[in-house]
Amino acid sequence: MKSYQPLFWQKLSGRTKFLIFTLGLYAIISLFNTAVIVNSLSYFSFMLTKVIPVLGLVFIILFLTNLFLKPERIKKHMGKDSGLKGWFYDLIGGIIISGPPYVLYPMLGELQDNGARNGLIAAILYNRNVKIHFLPAMIYYFGMRYTVVLSIYILLFSLLNGKLLEIIVGE
Amino acid sequence: MQTKNTKEALHQTVNLFKTMLPMLFGMLLLVSLMQQLFQQHYQSWFTGNYILDPLIGTLAGAISFGIPITSYIAGGELVKGGVSLLAVTAFIMTWTTVGLIMIPWEASFLGKRFAIARNILNFFFALLIAMATVYTLGLLS
Repeated sequence: MKSYQPLFWQKLSGRTKFLIFTLGLYAIISLFNTAVIVNSLSYFSFMLTKVIPVLGLVFIILFLTNLFLKPERIKKHMGKDSGLKGWFYDLIGGIIISGPPYVLYPMLGELQDNGARNGLIAAILYNRNVKIHFLPAMIYYFGMRYTVVLSIYILLFSLLNGKLLEIIVGE
Repeated sequence: MQTKNTKEALHQTVNLFKTMLPMLFGMLLLVSLMQQLFQQHYQSWFTGNYILDPLIGTLAGAISFGIPITSYIAGGELVKGGVSLLAVTAFIMTWTTVGLIMIPWEASFLGKRFAIARNILNFFFALLIAMATVYTLGLLS
């Protein structure tokens, strides 16, 4: 089937098209509600100030991963044969790992490309909700008992989550 | 040899960043817009229905995004406003574990099947964890 999209549009990557789509959405909404757009841009710049330092850290980690971490090593600790040890590292790693999920995806994608199990990656993403530095805030709003119970369930369900995901998408 | 490896690793990392930045900016712009459109309206979404509210909480969390602490503050306010702990827990859980807006971003690194399956699983897990947490708290008290 012949495509009638302009040539420049065809040359753009899906990610760039997504950015253009979002900017288009902003342009359309600004015609009807400028205040929402101004507030959104202000929130966007606030998020950028938080994200840029983390991105710098992600760059360094990715560079070091590419430089030193060999696929064999990743497979050994996070691959099919990592066994219980893999899940244990995963629980600890998920809690320790910091940063918003969208900056973790590129790093976890690299691990996946180098042989890490899908289940372990899913469990890391789930476990990162037990954040030591956020626990005082949760205790303040919901109490100690609630925080402990919820955190335990998150850790337990992260394992189930990883296992189920592997059944659905494979290891 | 080490210099070559260093150059190669740097090249790989720079390339990855070049491909990820446009989408990251697009996604952050979209998230900022959603934040403005939804943030003030959470309280009005809940109905007071003990069965419907957890589902609404799960959906509200799934389309929202931000650091976890924001969900605690919003959740704390919802509880004060009379929304059930079950609904608020589901809301907090999907806030951090489900990212509908971020599925394209997640899929571009971890695969489409992975991203979709993970988000669907987390959606239902949020409900299960909310039920288990509230039930356990009931037993403990």
